[in-house]
Amino acid sequence: MHRAPEAEWAIRTRGLSKAYGSVQVLAGLDLQVRRGSVFALLGPNGAGKTTTVRILATLTRADAGQATVAGHDVLTARSQVRRAISLTGQYAALDEEQTGLENLRMMARLRGLPRAASRDRAQELLERFALTDAGHRRVSTYSGGMRRRLDIAAGLVSDPEVVFLDEPTTGLDPRSRRTMWETVGSLTQAGVTVFLTTQYLEEADQLADRVAVLDGGRVRAQGTPEELKKTVTAQRLDLTMAGRAAYTQLAGRLGGRVLHQSPEELVLGVATDGSAAHVRALLDELDPTREQVARFAVHNATLDDVFLELTHE
Amino acid sequence: MSDLTAYPVLAGRSIRLTRRNLDAVLTALVLPVMLMLVFVYFFGGAIETSTGKYVTYVAPGVLILCAGYGASMTATTVSNDMTNGIIDRFRSMDTSPTAVLTGHVAASVARNAVATSAVLAVAFAIGFRPQAGPAGWLAASGILLLYITTLSWLGAAAGLLAKTPEAAGGFTFAMLFLPYPSSAFVPIDTMPDWLHGFSDNQPVTPVIESLRGLLLDQPAGNSPWLALAWCLGLLAVTLPVCGALFRRRIG
Repeated sequence: MHRAPEAEWAIRTRGLSKAYGSVQVLAGLDLQVRRGSVFALLGPNGAGKTTTVRILATLTRADAGQATVAGHDVLTARSQVRRAISLTGQYAALDEEQTGLENLRMMARLRGLPRAASRDRAQELLERFALTDAGHRRVSTYSGGMRRRLDIAAGLVSDPEVVFLDEPTTGLDPRSRRTMWETVGSLTQAGVTVFLTTQYLEEADQLADRVAVLDGGRVRAQGTPEELKKTVTAQRLDLTMAGRAAYTQLAGRLGGRVLHQSPEELVLGVATDGSAAHVRALLDELDPTREQVARFAVHNATLDDVFLELTHE
Repeated sequence: MSDLTAYPVLAGRSIRLTRRNLDAVLTALVLPVMLMLVFVYFFGGAIETSTGKYVTYVAPGVLILCAGYGASMTATTVSNDMTNGIIDRFRSMDTSPTAVLTGHVAASVARNAVATSAVLAVAFAIGFRPQAGPAGWLAASGILLLYITTLSWLGAAAGLLAKTPEAAGGFTFAMLFLPYPSSAFVPIDTMPDWLHGFSDNQPVTPVIESLRGLLLDQPAGNSPWLALAWCLGLLAVTLPVCGALFRRRIG
């Protein structure tokens, strides 16, 4: 990892730990997030993602460890941290019975903007998030995607330095998810640091400059999406066998060469460089009678593989 | 952020939310009026009181009942905020939790002022004729306002305590029930002896007796002072309890 002067880091944590009762949610979390970057915390349900966000956003106290956000300690300089961040949680934190405009104006007023400036800011944000037409409707009439956009807009009334997005696309349809991705992309153009959590690898791959895989309260791997993908075998030949007997026989023959197996689907995976020659040679070697392999597929390593491998046990 | 702006902004928010929750407003308004009609026309004929017409006796009691309904809505609105995530947003914006709760209480007081006026208007239409002069009205309004504020803060505490908005509404049962074993609807001396000790010494009785005394221009004795002491005492306990409940909740 690169060494950088303190000012380059938007977020730094060292040894963050948190337990709820006997459940250790975070067990010594170390993270560094560069200013102006998009950082994705990736992990399965219950990995500690939301707890991490809550600690960094000063909503929950860690049992041990330290964290600074935008250069301020989350414990000793809570107000300064709160002034520098915005948080969009998993559940839209808006008033259903207020209109989009009213919600945004209220948030702007609470952030200390004068009345007229709040109105202008609210209009401007509605426009930016393509919600102008819906601005005078109650939030209860909004779709899931519109709510999330309004929720993010609500966090931007005061130009935060660091934006926390806790699972910003969970529960959204594919189209809304795309729109959300564009929104996140547009945030970084303004120099904002984005810290997002997700359980979707595709999302981390699309959006993040750096990804940390969180599991069991610890970071299992950290790096760019490309770096993480390199940690697993780049290409794999998956063979679907013609029958149970053929599967068992080949699995026995391959032994340690098996990279992937799925007895239910009768699939066995072996390493390949992906070239036609190598795939042909492998097929000839493993199925000389040309009767035992029913289908094959060449599989490119995805973050899913990294994820599954890292969060295996 | 200037903390003081948060108070009017959040009070405005709560009032707007109340106005949009028409069902709840109607319940808080229509139910006490209906109850008054039920008491006056169904039960009233069978109840002997010292004030002549039963409507004269019961109208202040209905005002108290009405305050209970209005305040119980505070429990639900506070609980909503605590469960739907908006409280996290407010906290992450460094908005003081006191301002959020105060906003709900302010809306509750405003809501109750409207409901109280409506109940009074209906009472007047069916024959309630208060005798109070301006000073009596002022004193009665002051005590009622203080009582409403106290109940609203109790409602807020219930909202902080309950895990769901539905449960929060249930927690306010006591507020709705306490007027019955008081002198709100029937004189206490008509109740069984074992109940007197409780009925004479529970907070609703001095409030109701002061309202009745002040509005009907009859001697109220030490009731206004007792009412004042009860309300201020309850507030002195409830406010720190709200603070503690809030901190426990956000743990």
